[in-house]
Amino acid sequence: MTKVHVTTTVNGDPVEFLADPRETLLDSLRNSLGLTGSKEGCGTGDCGACSVTMNGTLVCSCLVLGVEAEGAQIETIEGMGGDTQLHPLQRKFVEHAALQCGFCTPGILVAAKKLLEENANPTETEIRYWLAGNLCRCTGYDKIIRAVQDAAAEMRGEAA
Amino acid sequence: MRYHTPSTFEDAARLAASASGLTRFLAGGTDVLVQLRAGMVQPDDLIDLKKISGVDAIERTEDGGWHIGVAVPGIRLGGHADLCADWPGVVEGMELVGSTQIQGRATLVGNLCNGSPAADSVPGLVAAGATVTITGPNGTRTVPVEDIPVSPGKTSLAAGEVVSAITLPPRGSNGGDAYLRFIPRTEMDIAVVGCAVNLRLDGDTITEARVALGAVAPTVVLVPEAADAIIGTTLDDAAIAALVAAAEAACNPITDKRGTVEFRTEVAGVLAKRAARIAYSRAKGENA
Repeated sequence: MTKVHVTTTVNGDPVEFLADPRETLLDSLRNSLGLTGSKEGCGTGDCGACSVTMNGTLVCSCLVLGVEAEGAQIETIEGMGGDTQLHPLQRKFVEHAALQCGFCTPGILVAAKKLLEENANPTETEIRYWLAGNLCRCTGYDKIIRAVQDAAAEMRGEAA
Repeated sequence: MRYHTPSTFEDAARLAASASGLTRFLAGGTDVLVQLRAGMVQPDDLIDLKKISGVDAIERTEDGGWHIGVAVPGIRLGGHADLCADWPGVVEGMELVGSTQIQGRATLVGNLCNGSPAADSVPGLVAAGATVTITGPNGTRTVPVEDIPVSPGKTSLAAGEVVSAITLPPRGSNGGDAYLRFIPRTEMDIAVVGCAVNLRLDGDTITEARVALGAVAPTVVLVPEAADAIIGTTLDDAAIAALVAAAEAACNPITDKRGTVEFRTEVAGVLAKRAARIAYSRAKGENA
């Protein structure tokens, strides 16, 4: 199987890797680039644990081929907050205990960040529909919704 | 598996026509990659259409219709105010496909060519009178959307043929369309029944109509009898009753875990009634 040379940008950094054409972007990120924050839950686009943005669009990286990343701008959970400074969403997830096992959390944070970029003041219903493709088997979702609302309020400059 | 990125549809068709093994075209990939990963389909040649110029464009045609590129994902349709104003039923059908993440990739043509009788975007396209342009080894041809699926998972496309464009007709004045589906939850499910209605009014009277049903037959079906039931009427109770009867009569569903034959048939009538009322309100310029 001939591998394909892929040049792309991940979290602002130019990177390159060799991809089997059948390999998903999720596998390229995890196995070739060592970015293991994006998780594989289902591998069929149902659970959202592998959510990343590609050219600004929220996608499941398990439903993108690594070779399709050629020339693209990819943003993953690794680009979201630094070691010393968490993104407000990450901080609010901790404060609200919006995670238990944590497996779905990277995908939910990436999806929620994209939501707040599009809509700084989403309603509870809008948040629930936007995150309908991110499954969580621990929290029952309410704490996730409250954490997103709280982070949105803080990012709008409103006192929580 | 060989991965190809042709720069024209003619090249894509040529690649597919000359391939000896199994070929798949790739646009959004939300069906193809799932089938590939599940081992259901192991293509020898995967032909990515996204490097072809214009596949990501939504453009008004010269006659006032719409040309939608084969790689335009669902999320772009809902974000296009003029397209939504013309064809809200087409857009709301596509927007029911999958999650936000799936909407970022999934396409109208992919939903069509996957061949599912329950495809949510297809009844709206059929009711709208949408057409697809097909590029093949012998040139191009244009066919109505309803001629593409022939049975679950099967299309009328010949080897080497690829859908290269999808075209919505001009909306014109006093028109409205709508799509409704039934699922047992609020989001992220496959249609048990779907129904799209597209109509045009002269005053209060319906002058043109097209009704399409999903998930009640081996393919999405256009139901001329249902359209005839409401053409020339003001969508009064008698017309609604005739519409419901015609929609039910057109059903040839299966019983499965999502619904029985009897349930699907009854729901088809209910959805036809409700979708017709929404389309009628939209044709009147009311917010519906």
